[in-house]
Amino acid sequence: MSTIQESAAETQAAATVDAPPKRAMGLGRTASWAMLIAFLVLPLLVKNFVIFQVTMVLIYGIAVLALNILTGGSGQFSLGQSAFYAIGAYAAAILIEHGGVNYALTLPIAGIICFGVGFLFGFPALRLSGIYLALATYAFAVAMPQLLKLGVFEHWTGGVQGLVVTKPDAPFGLPMSQDMWLYYFTLAVSIAIYLASINLLRSRSGRAMMAIRDNEIAASAMGVDLSVYKTLAFGVSAGITGVAGALGAIAVQFVAPDSYTFQLAIALFLGMVVGGVGWLPGSLAGAAFIVFVPNIAEGISKGLSGAFFGVLLFAVIYLVPHGARQGAIYAETLINKFRRS
Amino acid sequence: MTFQQKLRIATLSTAIMAFAATGGSALAQKKYDTGASDTEIKIGNIMPYSGPASAYGIIGKTEAAYFQMINEKGGINGRKVNFISYDDAYSPPKAVEHTRKLVESDEVLLVFNPLGTPSNTAIQKYLNAKKVPQLFVATGAAKWNDPTHFPWTMGWQPNYQDEARIYAKYLLKEKPDAKVAVLYQNDDFGKDYVKGFKEGLGDKAKAMIVIEESYEISEPTIDSHIVKIKASGADTLMDFTTPKFAAQTIKKNGELNWKPLHIVTNVSISVGAVMKPAGLEHGQGVLSAAYLKDGADPQWNSDEGMKKWIAFVDKYMPGANKADSGLVYGYGAAQTLHKVLEMAGDNLTRENVMKQAASLKDFQTDVALPGVKINTSATDFAPIQQVQMMRFKGERWELFGDIISSDGH
Repeated sequence: MSTIQESAAETQAAATVDAPPKRAMGLGRTASWAMLIAFLVLPLLVKNFVIFQVTMVLIYGIAVLALNILTGGSGQFSLGQSAFYAIGAYAAAILIEHGGVNYALTLPIAGIICFGVGFLFGFPALRLSGIYLALATYAFAVAMPQLLKLGVFEHWTGGVQGLVVTKPDAPFGLPMSQDMWLYYFTLAVSIAIYLASINLLRSRSGRAMMAIRDNEIAASAMGVDLSVYKTLAFGVSAGITGVAGALGAIAVQFVAPDSYTFQLAIALFLGMVVGGVGWLPGSLAGAAFIVFVPNIAEGISKGLSGAFFGVLLFAVIYLVPHGARQGAIYAETLINKFRRS
Repeated sequence: MTFQQKLRIATLSTAIMAFAATGGSALAQKKYDTGASDTEIKIGNIMPYSGPASAYGIIGKTEAAYFQMINEKGGINGRKVNFISYDDAYSPPKAVEHTRKLVESDEVLLVFNPLGTPSNTAIQKYLNAKKVPQLFVATGAAKWNDPTHFPWTMGWQPNYQDEARIYAKYLLKEKPDAKVAVLYQNDDFGKDYVKGFKEGLGDKAKAMIVIEESYEISEPTIDSHIVKIKASGADTLMDFTTPKFAAQTIKKNGELNWKPLHIVTNVSISVGAVMKPAGLEHGQGVLSAAYLKDGADPQWNSDEGMKKWIAFVDKYMPGANKADSGLVYGYGAAQTLHKVLEMAGDNLTRENVMKQAASLKDFQTDVALPGVKINTSATDFAPIQQVQMMRFKGERWELFGDIISSDGH
């Protein structure tokens, strides 16, 4: 993180961009309410298809937020989030289709399973740092689709064919389309996870994680138990990613090994960088980027969609190297200027 | 906003939507569903233009070019075709997103030739619930022929199980006492072939098959499997593999100097991608089956259908590689849809499109092998079920025997 601070000092942005201090992890009060109202009203104004897209943005937003807690919070890298996302998705799909479990109950179960897996994965991760940890998680992400195809699990996972998931209707006979209900359901889960994450990072544990992020040796000298907090960060991040995966399975109504390739892990990583590392509300901007920008790139050219995506990404990295957070800070300074004048 | 208020607004908007949905489309003589009008027919499509399966993207480009040609010739029954194709990068969630965009935002009449078994599985339930035709899907899985459960989904190409049944038929006739070794890829592709093959052999399957060997697509080489199969004493090899592994098998057989009756799948018949890398001398006498003409084969140069295809490629896809089977495939699939929409006439409802698609009788595309005809009915949603056997000789495949049909199910 110190590198970011140095580079930030060098950039001649309108406002200085520091690594997010613990108080500034969230949005201001006015901005939060404005966002909430916008999200509540949105589905009443747009088509079901757009509601579905925004639901996907929220779901990817949760997954990006989970990575943000890990990287922005505790300073560890992971390129294996797609594996946790897959486990969460399959847990939900299997529970709904084979176990007949209510979809809402599958979310905490998926979260707990992924927390366990992530916590266990965190142990070997303790011995690795920086790029080596990134490589270990990368291996996990690459292995996951093949594990899901294994014949041993085929009875449960459906093998290569995947599993089709039934979409839930709105409960209590509410006059809402399935998409709208799922949107509000996802929104509620997102808000709960967002608030919990903010609180986590502001708590004693969160401070310990950030201390590790900023300087491991200093943190351990201060009495922070490195292994506990590093594995805890991994577990929490994996658990939240699992909840996102479960929601994703319900929204897309289908799970298959090909849905959770390494591409997804990269997309989530990208979302985090674009949204601003360590700034939780940025996760949403990052998620919007990974859902909508490939569509824009495709609209420019079918054959060269990948190249145009790259160009757009370059533009973001050069113009706003600190992602959406930089944009937000810039907007804030502008508004403050207006108020003063 | 309180919960009650939210609820009230939601109720109101749902009511308005319901009213709007039932309001229109009553008085016209010509019948239209969403996506069709006096001047235009909107067709949606999903293709992997990027990602791991991007080699198939050429199919979507060919189809777009085909409809451009049709539009320049005046369209279908005077209506221009608006072909909207999106890139799903072979990712099921992206396929769902794009399909919903096609249906709910672009408002297409039907979704045509979406590619890939996972992507099609992901969108099948949605399209059937919405009663939007999922027509002529670009995958060889057997499950698309299920009109009872999925009346809005239809396949196009011969499915893997049917193809395997035809090989079984051939064996029963030509070599009933064969000792068969089955080599297959351990996924839906390989397993479909094994299932069809065993069903085709029927009671004799147990007696004829001496060894079944599978490999994972992740294995770098399958040489050790071949050695094991040869040691089993088999004299016939059913090679249910994808191109890379088919090439390895043919090459290893040559090196071991093992000459069984060797059948490879229709997926692995590319001369450039399979036979040449394996070594042409090793591939002599290998058998397979085909249902489309080969764009690079000079024997079709004087063929009426292929003359049209060549003219099409030269004019609308200049510079494209004629040896790419995607160009032939895309043309054939697009021509089949062209025929269905022509038959539908002025009654362009989704129901009628499905009805016409299910009443194709002896329809032949320009690019199908002579005698390979498309037949469908209300209970048969598998358009192409005929193939012709062929043998590799010199540098190309030579067709032999009659057109064989798998006789449905």
